[in-house]
Amino acid sequence: MNWEIIGIWLGAVLTLMLYSFLYRDNPFYKFAEHLFVGMSAGYWVIYNIFNVLKPNFWDELTGAGDGSPDYFMIIPGIFGMFMLARLVPKIAGLSRMALAMIVGTGAGLSLVSTLQTNCLSQIEGTIMPLSGVGTMGFIDNLIVVVGVVCGLVYFFFSKPHEGLTGKAAGVGITILMVAFGASFGYTVMARISLLIGQAQFLLFDWLPTMGIHL
Amino acid sequence: MRKLLEMLDRVDRRVIYLLMALSVFIPLALRLSYPIPVGQGPSQDLFKAIDSLPSGSVVLVSYDYDPSTMPELQPMAVALTQHMFTRGHRIIAMALWPQGASLSQEAMSAVGDSLGKAQYDDWVNLGYTVGAGVSIVRMGSSIRAVFPQDRDGFPYDSIPLLTRVQSLRDIDLVISLSAGDPGIHAWVMMAGDRFGLPVGGGCTAVSAPEFYTYLGTGQLLGLLGGLKGAADYETMVREGRGNTPAGLATPGMAAQSISHLVIMAFIVIGNISYLAVHKRRKGAPK
Repeated sequence: MNWEIIGIWLGAVLTLMLYSFLYRDNPFYKFAEHLFVGMSAGYWVIYNIFNVLKPNFWDELTGAGDGSPDYFMIIPGIFGMFMLARLVPKIAGLSRMALAMIVGTGAGLSLVSTLQTNCLSQIEGTIMPLSGVGTMGFIDNLIVVVGVVCGLVYFFFSKPHEGLTGKAAGVGITILMVAFGASFGYTVMARISLLIGQAQFLLFDWLPTMGIHL
Repeated sequence: MRKLLEMLDRVDRRVIYLLMALSVFIPLALRLSYPIPVGQGPSQDLFKAIDSLPSGSVVLVSYDYDPSTMPELQPMAVALTQHMFTRGHRIIAMALWPQGASLSQEAMSAVGDSLGKAQYDDWVNLGYTVGAGVSIVRMGSSIRAVFPQDRDGFPYDSIPLLTRVQSLRDIDLVISLSAGDPGIHAWVMMAGDRFGLPVGGGCTAVSAPEFYTYLGTGQLLGLLGGLKGAADYETMVREGRGNTPAGLATPGMAAQSISHLVIMAFIVIGNISYLAVHKRRKGAPK
């Protein structure tokens, strides 16, 4: 039995079932959708047990990896069990301790880094020279500086958007619309790319199994 | 004319789906190809960054995606691997997304075998790690602590490629192929800004605009955005190498261009018919 061909056929039939929704909702689409949800849930449970829980917790605890058991792993193990306490209303409060640990670690780790990466470096990036950079450099830098300032003015709500403030806010919202347009364009490109990927699969992997070579 | 505009205003969405499908399937079936001019930009910046590394450099490639975004990111992975191997670089692959480990194995073994590169000497796949940013910070002091063994279970210390690689400081360049979070953002934040490593990236087209800010500040060396970025890279890798295959992304660019034209046409037609029909309704006596 050729499992590769069976896999290709399964993929192709399920793809066509899912695309059939574009015509109208139907039982084939619903079957494929439910199959996907069920398979995904099962897949992720097994994947997490064998690729997350076992190597990072069980093997460390029992020493299955390097031969030396690490009994400190009992602590994160207990915190992990606390997360499951949410399923039992009487002891659900225990899960807060585990959540507190996750939130505290995450916040402590990313607070400074996020500030540095997404705030300070970005502010630094908008402080640009307007002279000695050539004509195109001047225009580029001016667009960035004006765009940032006017964009910020648009989000300044303590003063009515009238007069000079209103004009600056108008420029700001125009710049924002251009950014949204670019973002939309990229989104269209991404969705079409996914369709192209699936079309290539149907044309060049599935059709040849029926003797049709394009 | 009025009837035509009214008909266009009420066009069935299934007609649009059908035309979109045709605009993708026909160019692919006919194997149409368009030239892909690669000008100055983030794709070329990444290419130059890899090109300028001395032969034998160690590049860490993080496969931070899963099969749902393969059509965009796997062609990048293949083209980048081809380029790095032909330049004589060594590659350490890892993944912050669980299924990225399998996709990296697929790309590395296929390209490695075709170019005569040996696993463990020229490339290694460390597999998947949980923790994203936490793991990257840990790798800053010890990669072995995060990956005591590779994806196939070989101990870290027994792998020849890794004998001189103790931490991120021994890596010459990091590239994250990212479909979301964790991905480029985590690498820029932790490896780039924290440890001063040069970071490049490839991402889905949806997420490309958010990473352009990192290009402007130099936090990212270069960026491949979506299928176009992958096709750009394939074109640059192919230049000067004769009749090499077109790669995975390039054949899709004709379909991409034609489908974009169809979408633009629908946007224009939709707006014209909407304005014409609704303007008339507004002006009609009640």
